[in-house]
Amino acid sequence: MFSSTGPFAWFKWQALFADWQIFAQGFAYTLVVAFSALALALLIGIILGIASCSNIKPLELFSRIYVEFFQNTPLLIQIFFLYNGLPYAGIVLSVTTIGIIGVGMYHGAYIAEVVRSGIGSIAKGQLEAAYSQGFTYWQAMTHIILPQAKTIILPPLTMQAVNLIKNTSVLAVISGADIMFTAKSWSSSNIYYGPAYVVAGLLYFILCYPLANLAKRLEDKVNALPAEAGGKKSRLAKQDVTVGNS
Amino acid sequence: MIKMVNVDKQFGKLWALKNINLEISAGEKLVVIGPSGSGKSTLIRCMNYLEKPTSGQIFVDGIEITAHKAPVAKVRQSAAMVFQSFNLYPHKTVLENLTLAPIKVQGIEKKQAEESAMKYLERVGLTEKAHNYPSQLSGGQQQRVAIARALNMHPKIILFDEPTSALDPEMIQEVLDVMVGLSKDNITMVVVTHEMGFARQVADRIIFMDEGEIVEQGTPEHFFSNPSSERTKLFLSKILR
Repeated sequence: MFSSTGPFAWFKWQALFADWQIFAQGFAYTLVVAFSALALALLIGIILGIASCSNIKPLELFSRIYVEFFQNTPLLIQIFFLYNGLPYAGIVLSVTTIGIIGVGMYHGAYIAEVVRSGIGSIAKGQLEAAYSQGFTYWQAMTHIILPQAKTIILPPLTMQAVNLIKNTSVLAVISGADIMFTAKSWSSSNIYYGPAYVVAGLLYFILCYPLANLAKRLEDKVNALPAEAGGKKSRLAKQDVTVGNS
Repeated sequence: MIKMVNVDKQFGKLWALKNINLEISAGEKLVVIGPSGSGKSTLIRCMNYLEKPTSGQIFVDGIEITAHKAPVAKVRQSAAMVFQSFNLYPHKTVLENLTLAPIKVQGIEKKQAEESAMKYLERVGLTEKAHNYPSQLSGGQQQRVAIARALNMHPKIILFDEPTSALDPEMIQEVLDVMVGLSKDNITMVVVTHEMGFARQVADRIIFMDEGEIVEQGTPEHFFSNPSSERTKLFLSKILR
């Protein structure tokens, strides 16, 4: 396989390392798209997540339709639509903008569900207590519900960031200058596919692995919380700890 | 202070409240008793609009909260509620539990809110717990904090929804003591409870509910010595064994 004619021949690696700047550019481009898309996805996800628990029917319906639409159609088709469909309506977006909007809106749907279930995990009495003190729904969310839901939301949210980074690779199909497209175009000109895709995979791994690891650690932290705060630890176990500390 | 006119509440096919007419005057201590499922919690929850009546009108401090676009959040600030399950904010310290709404909802200065909070914590005997979190407190202590939290809104009315029902027996008295102390004030109190000793001691008027209706009402003397309705007699005979 690593022989002078194999897919991973040494000279192919040499060629790749000589062109490292091309891959670095792809890496940087992916970072920019991923961060911008994540910001958009968070914005959409938090707003729709809150809206879906608001008891205001039109808001709940809108949020539901949005989530179902984006979760149940492939991201690839959504990207194609933005790239090939919108120009017919006279809207021509840059590939970067399409990447940010497409990936951001798609993951916004998933984040909305994460936020919704996080809010749902907080006891109903908390919202009632807030209402009984004269808080409005949005005030209750920002001061009382979301700060408590935060610890529960964070692990699945981090996993969404991981998925989002990986999904920016769909930009390759519309020539997006990201890691994936760089690997594809660089290797199609010299047919050194082996090293190109290994390095592309590695670059995604460098971004995603620390995040996935973080998600795992955050989740362990949630599970160590007492059950009434959304964790798995029983009341009894918690009391034992208290006794042990005193 | 509170007036309910022809109030009905339906949950699907279940009638939780049937044609309730009730007037509570300022400073009155009203105790609501009745078997579980009789609608007494629904009644008190309607008084600050946590439950929306199916029909009828409710006036609180002169404002009709059942009106279209009524300033419900405003009215709730003057009708504080103490819940069966305390519902303290677990991510806030005791002091922050008391000051959060005064600062964020009523726009009171933090320092001023904290000063009055400490005053009310002293009243419920928990100043030394000001910087603890609710999870570090016993049930009885949590409920006393909840009462102090309600008081720090400086309400005209305080609604108690079975405040001692979730407590271990040995903690009930400490909460009742606070409530008895409170009853000396001018504040209007509505208390849903099964504590007949408390009702006898504190109530100006007791109402007995069954199947969503007010079956009987009167002074404690009338109630415990000479109830007129058979249903009331049956209930009291069960609970006063």
